[in-house]
Amino acid sequence: MSNITPSQTVGPYFKYGLTPGNDYAWNDAFGNDLVTPNVSGERIRIVGQVFDGEGKVIPDSMLEIWQADAQGRFADPQDTRAMPNAAFKGFGRCGTDAKGGFEFRTIKPGPVPGPGGKPQAPHILLAVFARGMTQQAITRIYFEDEAANAADPILTLVPADRRTTLIAKREQGVTYRFDVHLQGDRETVFFDL
Amino acid sequence: MTLIYPRESNAAHAPRLSPAYKSTVLRSPSKPLVIIPHTLSELTGPVYGHETVRENDNDLTIQHKGEPLGERIIVHGHVHDEDGRGVPNTLLEVWQANACGRYIHVVDQHPAPLDPNFTGAGRAQTDSNGYYRFITIKPGAYPWGNHPNAWRPAHIHFSVFGHSFISRIVTQMYFPGDPLFAYDPIFNSVTDEKARMRMVSSFDLENTKPDWALCYRFDIVLRGRNATPLDND
Repeated sequence: MSNITPSQTVGPYFKYGLTPGNDYAWNDAFGNDLVTPNVSGERIRIVGQVFDGEGKVIPDSMLEIWQADAQGRFADPQDTRAMPNAAFKGFGRCGTDAKGGFEFRTIKPGPVPGPGGKPQAPHILLAVFARGMTQQAITRIYFEDEAANAADPILTLVPADRRTTLIAKREQGVTYRFDVHLQGDRETVFFDL
Repeated sequence: MTLIYPRESNAAHAPRLSPAYKSTVLRSPSKPLVIIPHTLSELTGPVYGHETVRENDNDLTIQHKGEPLGERIIVHGHVHDEDGRGVPNTLLEVWQANACGRYIHVVDQHPAPLDPNFTGAGRAQTDSNGYYRFITIKPGAYPWGNHPNAWRPAHIHFSVFGHSFISRIVTQMYFPGDPLFAYDPIFNSVTDEKARMRMVSSFDLENTKPDWALCYRFDIVLRGRNATPLDND
């Protein structure tokens, strides 16, 4: 048994602390708009809803994303490649609304090195927190218009009939849809990290 | 760069399906999680601290015109990784109920008073040794709908980042000796007793400030990286 501090649910009342918006007397540390004036790359929107095992929307969940910039670089000193990313932080947070909905405004990430230095298809890490979740659940958002998906070293570890749960569909213009199903027939693939 | 975050570290966590905590029944994945290697995506994480935390964000008792009601406390400790290294310059976010056990959240309808001088949200950044400190009010217990006569033990919610996306954790800090521990399915969703007790702070008389505030120590241990990164890519 390890000695780490166990995870606990965020509970139903995290909003005023973590995603206050304009509703509470507290300021947001993070928002759902990751785009900054100087960032390069294709501007995109990712929209979706979070559902439980009965297909009901979950209004009290929180999503966090972490991603590389358009060149595939992370805003983290551990990404030690040349030309470190400076203009794009790559982290966002969004609480779901009454219809379980969320939205992120960001840029399409570039390819990131995977196992053995092989490039991965563009993807975004997504962590889902909610009342009723003892731990966050981590998944990935891939993009349906990326040919690199077919050879992605992570996506190909996922049973073929479940890969579609990880692929955001381009709806119109710059908008991709990515719904999260915590459980059930359409359950999103979550990763054991 | 290949860092190793041991997977067995996760054994400390509660099972995702913990039926005594009823909301887990429809909100826990039912299919096996897919094991994947850790890539740069998982091994990096947001670096947030000084630009996010304002002066006095770690004092929840001075955010309004008047003093909040209740028992003023100091909560402090270190954020370490599981190999005992301090985690410097990392962001902690906290939220909690007031002294009466009432959250300011609009959905909380517990018939206990709101405190106009207490929001219950705060932030701090660890220093170069991983040390942090908050000043706040001891939260009250409150009822919830999980089962008949269900009450949550007093707790403070903590959100911590650490070095990578997979060291990130949201947890709850409890107070020593709470009589509600035995009855709380969220606390007891963590089935290993030693792991469970790591969520309980300790009373810290030495750092109690005379005539002003009691003190509790809460050390947080995050998933660690092996000490020697391998240069194999």
